[in-house]
Amino acid sequence: MISAAGLGHVGGDFSATDIVAVLLLAVADIDPNDPRRPDRERFVMSKGHSSASLYATLAACGFFDSSLLDRYMAPLSPLNGHPDAKRVPGVEANTGPLGHGLPIAVGTAIAGQMDASDRRTFCLVGDGELQEGSNWEAMMAAGHRGLDRLTVVVDRNGLQQGGTTEETSRLEPLADKARSFGWAVAEVDGHDHAALLDLFEGLPVETGRPSFVIAHTHKGYPVSFMRDRVEWHHRVPTAGEVQTALAELG
Amino acid sequence: MSGVKAGPQLFDCRDTFASTMCELAGADERVVVVCSDSVGSSKLVGFKKRFPERLVNVGIAEQGMLGIAAGLANGGKRPVVSGASCFVTARGLEQIKVDLAYTNANVIVCGMSPGVAYGELGPTHHSIEDVAWLRAIDNLVVIVPADPAETEQALRAAFQHEGPVFIRVSRMGVPAVYGPDYRFRIGKAHRLIEGTDATLISNGTMLSRAVEAAGLLAEQEGVTVRVVSMPTVRPLDVEEIVAAAEETGVIVTVEEHSERGGLGGAVAEAVVARRPVPMRIMGFPGFAPTGPAQWLFEHFGLTGPGIAAAVMETLGRKER
Repeated sequence: MISAAGLGHVGGDFSATDIVAVLLLAVADIDPNDPRRPDRERFVMSKGHSSASLYATLAACGFFDSSLLDRYMAPLSPLNGHPDAKRVPGVEANTGPLGHGLPIAVGTAIAGQMDASDRRTFCLVGDGELQEGSNWEAMMAAGHRGLDRLTVVVDRNGLQQGGTTEETSRLEPLADKARSFGWAVAEVDGHDHAALLDLFEGLPVETGRPSFVIAHTHKGYPVSFMRDRVEWHHRVPTAGEVQTALAELG
Repeated sequence: MSGVKAGPQLFDCRDTFASTMCELAGADERVVVVCSDSVGSSKLVGFKKRFPERLVNVGIAEQGMLGIAAGLANGGKRPVVSGASCFVTARGLEQIKVDLAYTNANVIVCGMSPGVAYGELGPTHHSIEDVAWLRAIDNLVVIVPADPAETEQALRAAFQHEGPVFIRVSRMGVPAVYGPDYRFRIGKAHRLIEGTDATLISNGTMLSRAVEAAGLLAEQEGVTVRVVSMPTVRPLDVEEIVAAAEETGVIVTVEEHSERGGLGGAVAEAVVARRPVPMRIMGFPGFAPTGPAQWLFEHFGLTGPGIAAAVMETLGRKER
């Protein structure tokens, strides 16, 4: 997709894909034949720049035909560089500007709480994205309201566009920060499907508190030459690199 | 005191907002209010008492508030966001653009105490840019009601509208401008006074002053001025503006807003594109100084006599 489009954020796509796939294919109660069902569970992809991983997973779920993936970011394509809820079934929120998804997820979770519904809301955020203040406004509101049907997963690959999160504007101690906002925290290997599934099936981490899952990931994983390298935030692979990566992935 | 005429009764449109919200919430259980520690300043104490579970007070957090409102809409609710216009619109501009307008979310945003309602608190608390930056956003309805009846009708119309709506809710005392037969419709102007020499286009707190100016001009100058109420700044009633240009040849706009980019800017865009005529845009020329709102209006000529004088000046530029 990204090679064809000549644009994209392949590193973040790879670090998020295992989490997105487990949530959408195995955990969230969603129906590709009725994507707007009122009591559906919500998955909000806050790191909208990883749209390629979301689109590929939604296609795998059957929300739309996978042939559309070839038109990623093509003129007039519904597959914007950043997700468009109006045009792509299965997309819950228009994200891309960072710090938007988590407040929206808190809103859907409050709506569920008002309806006394058991439906869950999941939100995937990038780690660098947590530097946006709007997240912490929403974190405070969610902790205050004890939204235990809400789970935020942090794609903790340690890298943002210009370097590591810790040298840019330090996030650690991230777990302590979340706990101090009234959240229950769990940590997991974000590329281990069984561990992710196990964790998500046991939610909430703690009754009466929203769950903050720090998923340790590697940017670019599992492609060896992309892994943990900051330039793959939005570098586009050459044709040769695509072949090498495909060969590695078997 | 002899010689002093009692003024008309003045209304705080927030009272109408609050009572209408209670009625709407009573009729539709999806209706919720989202606010940012603005229960008192939005006059929502009664709503909170009656519907405690449906008032989401997120604290002092405008960006979070707007995102949460978008999420509530996604979750099937009909949220109304209420907070001081200066903070809601400026602090949450990207959320209004992306989470509401681009998403076409059914969220109503009420900007309380706009313009220079907080006159003495200074330019940080004046909201004289809100209409300019909001009307640039696609798919967002922008309404500036002039009196309590129009505030109530605008709120009800917003609930019938598919997509996001911004409503400026005045705290300044305003007289009732419209008669009992008035029916507000999104995107429709309303001709309050007929006239042939010039047209005054206005909304919000300035509309009653425009009416006063038209009266003064008729009495003192023998000039008949059409007064057009333009509560919806987006989408704009372009045909009414073109008619004013063609039939009266001069347009003066007046609003409680910056001279740049608000109602006047919107009207000017239509005039330039469709029927160029001499125009004058009245509002605040820049950051306004500290002072009571009424004093600021007088200082900047935003009064009946000030508007009348501006019309006379602009008439001098009219093609004969």
